[in-house]
Amino acid sequence: MSDTKKVLTEPLVNNNPITLQILGICSALAVTSKMSTSLIMAVALTLVTACSSAAISAIRNHIPSSIRIIVQMTIIASLVIVVDQILKAVAYDVSKQLSVFVGLIITNCIVMGRAEAYAMKNPPLASFMDGIGNGLGYSAILVIVAFFRELLGSGKLLGIEILPLIKDGGWYQPNGLMLLPPSAFFIIGLIIWTIRQVKPNQREKADFKIMDIAHGEGGHH
Amino acid sequence: MEGYISLFIKAVFIENLALSFFLGMCTFLAVSKKISTAMGLGIAVMIVQTITVPANNMIYHALLKEGALGWMGLDSVDLSFLSLLSCIGMIAALVQILEMILDKFFPVLYNALGIFLPLITVNCAILGGSLFMIERDYNLGESVVYGVGSGFGWALAITVMAGVREKLKYSDIPKGLEGIGITFISAGLMSLGFMAFSGIQL
Repeated sequence: MSDTKKVLTEPLVNNNPITLQILGICSALAVTSKMSTSLIMAVALTLVTACSSAAISAIRNHIPSSIRIIVQMTIIASLVIVVDQILKAVAYDVSKQLSVFVGLIITNCIVMGRAEAYAMKNPPLASFMDGIGNGLGYSAILVIVAFFRELLGSGKLLGIEILPLIKDGGWYQPNGLMLLPPSAFFIIGLIIWTIRQVKPNQREKADFKIMDIAHGEGGHH
Repeated sequence: MEGYISLFIKAVFIENLALSFFLGMCTFLAVSKKISTAMGLGIAVMIVQTITVPANNMIYHALLKEGALGWMGLDSVDLSFLSLLSCIGMIAALVQILEMILDKFFPVLYNALGIFLPLITVNCAILGGSLFMIERDYNLGESVVYGVGSGFGWALAITVMAGVREKLKYSDIPKGLEGIGITFISAGLMSLGFMAFSGIQL
């Protein structure tokens, strides 16, 4: 049981798919200008990852390794088509806003990565949990980024006004940059910085070390 | 003709796949450490994009679109929900075929691109290009131009990014921000630069 818990919680901070493994960034950046779209995207990706991991793991002993990528792709693509059709039927507006990004779950590296790295070696239930865990890690970053972008960019959360805007007689001047694509890069960069400040073992080694001139050979003239 | 030129400019600069739609970000961040490898990957993406977008366009218009199967007497059949599956299948197959052709006839190019080609199947820029083509309902001519343009734009972005990162490794960056953190922030600044093109009306 403790294993399941570990599989579920490890990807949240310690082994987060976005900030540490640098997977699945494309959609994380593109759909986060509003909370509602990013929540739906997060749910969709978590479901696809969990179900595809479980399905792939269930047939893992019958897939010839030379065509495993195509088999995985087909399973993932079928699940994504189901999600896409459900979204079009139930929440048409949101599916228009997400445009191609629902389809792009197919090539989201998190889904493929978990299928390849975990589901091919583990039983279905554990793979399902691993899929949920990684989906949650992705969702956490997505929701944090969307929170800041929507709050600072349009003074709203989930469409409900939080900071009254100047043009409606309030006091908050919205920051237009937050609605533009580059702000997502900045916010994720800062999230990575924060996580690595708290957990120094995630830091990367620099390729090039700057010499301390005062104590190095350069000190004597 | 004018329409094609403006579509090309739009695909390269204004709607750059990497910097304004964030497609192919995983490889964009992972393979941009050196200019030479970044360029190799960029060229590979451009070649694949140029082939796959028109190919998917033909399949979509000939088989999947609503009413496309009219010649079989199936006027009301709409298979467009299958476009995701057919696009990714087409891309995987074409990349495989391209790899074999290059291996057989252009071994030098094959060795230069070797490791990147299989990776391209799961590059979202490729699938994204095809899906945008379907969503915007391009015809065959437009889809060729869009394929070349969007591939070139992606190649341009990753090469520039690699140039920035090669210089960046000599700078004194706060601990914890080193590596991927600063890469995100510089990609953000670059994307901000590309936003300047968005004022262009074509």
